[in-house]
Amino acid sequence: MVYTPHTAAERQEMLARIGVEALEDLFADVPQRYRYPDLNLPPPASEMEILGELQELAQANLNANSVPTFLGAGAYRHWVPAVVDYVISRGEFATAYTPYQAEVSQGTLQAIFEYQSLICDLTGMPVANASHYDGATATAEAVIQAYNVFRRKRRKVLIAPTVHPHYREVVRAYTQGMELTITGDESLSTTPADLAAQVGDKTACVIVQSPNFLGQLEALDDLADAIHAQDPDTLLAVATNPISLGLLKPPGAYDADIVMGEGQPLGLGLNYGGPYLGFYATRTDYLRQLAGRLVGQTADAEGRRGYVTTLTTREQHIRRERATSNICTNQGLMALAATAYLATLGKQGLQQIAALNYHKAHYAAQAIDALEGFSVSDERPFFNEFVVACPAPVAEINQALLDGVYSDTPILGGYDLAQDYPDLADQMLVAVTEMNSRAEIDAFAAALAAFERDQRSRR
Amino acid sequence: MKFDSDVRYLETHEWARKQDDEIVVGISDYAQDTLSDVVYVELPEEGETVSKGDPLCVVESVKAAGDVYAPVSGKVVAVNIELEEAPEMVNQDPFGEGWLVRIAPADPDEWGDLLDIEAYKQLVEEESGS
Amino acid sequence: MSTPLEPLIHELSVPGRQGTPVPELDVPKAALPEGLVRDALPLPEVSEIDVVRHFLRLSQLNYAIDQGIYPLGSCTMKYNPKINEQTARLPGFVGAHPHQPVGTVQGALRLMYDLQTYLAEISGFAAVTVQPAAGAQGELVGVLMMRKYLLDRGETQRDTILVPDSAHGTNPASTSMTGLRVVQLPSDERGNTDLDALRSEVCERIIGIMITNPNTLGLFEEHIEEISEIVHGCGGLVYGDGANLNALVGVMHPADVGIDVMHFNLHKTFSTPHGGGGPGAGPVGVAEHLVDYLPDPVVRMTPGADGAPATYGFHHPPHSIGRVRSFWGHFGMLVRAYTYIRMHGAAGLRDVAEHAVLNANYLRSRVKEAYHVPFERICKHEFVAEGSFEGVEDVGAMEICKRLIDHGVHPPTMYFPLIVHDALMIEPTETESLRSLDHYADILLEIAEEAERDPDLLRQAPHNAPVRRLDEVGAARNPILRYEPEAEED
Repeated sequence: MVYTPHTAAERQEMLARIGVEALEDLFADVPQRYRYPDLNLPPPASEMEILGELQELAQANLNANSVPTFLGAGAYRHWVPAVVDYVISRGEFATAYTPYQAEVSQGTLQAIFEYQSLICDLTGMPVANASHYDGATATAEAVIQAYNVFRRKRRKVLIAPTVHPHYREVVRAYTQGMELTITGDESLSTTPADLAAQVGDKTACVIVQSPNFLGQLEALDDLADAIHAQDPDTLLAVATNPISLGLLKPPGAYDADIVMGEGQPLGLGLNYGGPYLGFYATRTDYLRQLAGRLVGQTADAEGRRGYVTTLTTREQHIRRERATSNICTNQGLMALAATAYLATLGKQGLQQIAALNYHKAHYAAQAIDALEGFSVSDERPFFNEFVVACPAPVAEINQALLDGVYSDTPILGGYDLAQDYPDLADQMLVAVTEMNSRAEIDAFAAALAAFERDQRSRR
Repeated sequence: MKFDSDVRYLETHEWARKQDDEIVVGISDYAQDTLSDVVYVELPEEGETVSKGDPLCVVESVKAAGDVYAPVSGKVVAVNIELEEAPEMVNQDPFGEGWLVRIAPADPDEWGDLLDIEAYKQLVEEESGS
Repeated sequence: MSTPLEPLIHELSVPGRQGTPVPELDVPKAALPEGLVRDALPLPEVSEIDVVRHFLRLSQLNYAIDQGIYPLGSCTMKYNPKINEQTARLPGFVGAHPHQPVGTVQGALRLMYDLQTYLAEISGFAAVTVQPAAGAQGELVGVLMMRKYLLDRGETQRDTILVPDSAHGTNPASTSMTGLRVVQLPSDERGNTDLDALRSEVCERIIGIMITNPNTLGLFEEHIEEISEIVHGCGGLVYGDGANLNALVGVMHPADVGIDVMHFNLHKTFSTPHGGGGPGAGPVGVAEHLVDYLPDPVVRMTPGADGAPATYGFHHPPHSIGRVRSFWGHFGMLVRAYTYIRMHGAAGLRDVAEHAVLNANYLRSRVKEAYHVPFERICKHEFVAEGSFEGVEDVGAMEICKRLIDHGVHPPTMYFPLIVHDALMIEPTETESLRSLDHYADILLEIAEEAERDPDLLRQAPHNAPVRRLDEVGAARNPILRYEPEAEED
């Protein structure tokens, strides 16, 4: 009807060939009392009707691209070059599947190989897989990799309290049947160095994030050494923001064993939280414990360079219950978007974007810190996100900003940290990217100042 | 198809050879042929104790991962590190250079449960349908 | 022919090039953090037109649904409607930040809620989560819920999941990720799960069974109700792998035959693009007793009082297994699936299943002229043929598949399910026309003739693809997994 091309005559011809009379006869093995239930669904819509319906729903959302936005906390508003959507819209990429038949999938395979190479370049690691669902599941897979590296004998995992709360929740949900002890994030005051001090010969890995959930750059310099002083084999897994790596030393330079994170900043829209991209890189030593798809370079029967999925015996379709993970595909089209993004910006472009993020965020931090009633912590250096201590509950401030009480347009304020950290009441996590103009930042600071004045005058 | 008369076999296509007080373990010529080109061997850790019938290591081709089971109980005293660099030795010389593991047996009686060459030949004939 | 087909993006790099301009800094510079700045950023440097041409040329090396029939069994490679791409790209969806206050994303939440409701209606389940990122993650969610539900009832001795030998590899892999034991069940001579084997395995250690219906042979599990009864009888639960729902959508509620929990693959049944291997989306439906175990959070509707509009927000199920991904789900995929369901309505969805099954049976009737198709039964959305010919040595599923490539179509799934020798698993989907099916059948029959006449044609295939057969053994023994400029000098 909608996308089935059959005519009535063709249908009859086909039924006759099969040797049945009606379509329903094809379902004779479905118990009759269950056959054809009434489905209470809205009547079918045409293209113009559905587009109208969905336009209405889309417009019922505030579009973070249409207002000054200072919200981050794991998903960031960045410029997406026009080329990126062009590339991922090609039907040859979008409507292909897993490259099971390498000879007719060289486009997808080479693009994944390029993606793996770019992730290695960015993170300073020797091996990257073809991707995971998102930063949170990539973090869970890091724990499972470490668990498998030690042949499931080490059951302690140390995780910093400043790792994204969603990542920590996902690590716990994924591993709930593995009898692991996941600890270290009970108190916000626990630093990576404190975690290192808790490492012992039963610790599989230590997980930190830098820039961390609060935007701070963790002290990674001696972390691997401190961990290995306690136990020489314990793995260090570092979650990171890929845009920050345009400016900052990659975790690979700090001797990390696994580097992973949320790839959404690399050319993926906000999309209300997905689909995003989990990037994942590790050392060559751990290739066999690595989850997910890998593409390798090889040659064809005539010696021409080509690409294949490789080391597939780690994966579920061969190893079944003893696979390194149950992951079936990668995050194909999103990895392609990241590849096109990194290619388009390239070396200079990514350096420039990272610098814009850094300088604009610091400009904003300085402006806000100068305001009466607000202060920005200078405890640790930061990249493009920082914590602001506010004179009122963040939800209250954000509502006023959103209502445009103190500005010409509504402003989407920062993230309310009280949602995840009871100790951080009245603390706002503010993200600033290349998308925030100086005028926007000034308007944001002015609105915060006006809020505070208003609040003081009401007292 | 090659068969070694100095070794005993398992129904799952491993062979075991008595050498001094130890048991050397590998996979048969038939097994390597069925598996095709071996690209990786996942070896156990030295010092690990295994029970007869436990998965001991995994021999991988590009399309399959074959479990290798312990022919006897005991302690793994050596693994064939050479296979890390040259897994193809399992194909080229399954009864010799392609050995996998040496085990110090815990129970000498288990040796008697293994198949001799004639029983194994018959098994292979049945399996390969020839 | 020149080597290689297309250079790597790194090989196109010329120092000093840049693909897109970045705006000037409009604020004063801050001091850079001491000791933390990286020295070199080894990314390629190319212009925008280089990027466009590079990826366009790469795309042309792919085969895709938009080019022709793509009958990969169990993957449901149906046509991906273009309207889906338009709706998913509406600015109010693309620009919504996942942490926005719920009051500012009522449209997105309503869409998620309505999709939960539609999927529940289609499947007969009490509730649905749209959080899981893919079918495999949906399985993990399902097994975790079953495990926790039974643990909460004090049944700590339960540690085993039964999985038929025809199951997708993700079933046992998802199970073992939860720390549970897998016991495999054989199939009987009609391609059903062997009931006697099931009866002998059920005991107080069983958490449940993971069952795919129709199974991967494309056959309806004729004893599905008995299977549910047996498993429920020992206190276990039934997981339905919804990978093959395209055969039954609109025809049957999976929940009616005793399934307690099931995942949907939006990229299969509900037409979201496969994307070269993701992103998928794997919502999970559950019966009443598992509703409180759903992943955290689910979307809930609160009716408005006194004629006010309903509002939508997040609900945290009290016994939730927790969160399995960041944020709320693959929202962009949810928009596409919503669009698809709304375009079809109830009758349209039934039409989908009926024509998927019609196409599979028609193609089966033609293919069996030259191929052995085990299990003489009406199939559902797919069927499995044996990819070998009597008296022709060294020609198997792989050789037939590679020869299909020469004929300009995509091969079926090969070597799966494992229980059929040299399996060719063929799922044409409902969006292929009679002409397209005949074309595919004609090619398969021609290949059968070629196998008799000139088997080397198959053994050395493909001959007309962008590359010849690739050395997978070399790739695995000596893995090259990234571009390395040094290696190029050799």
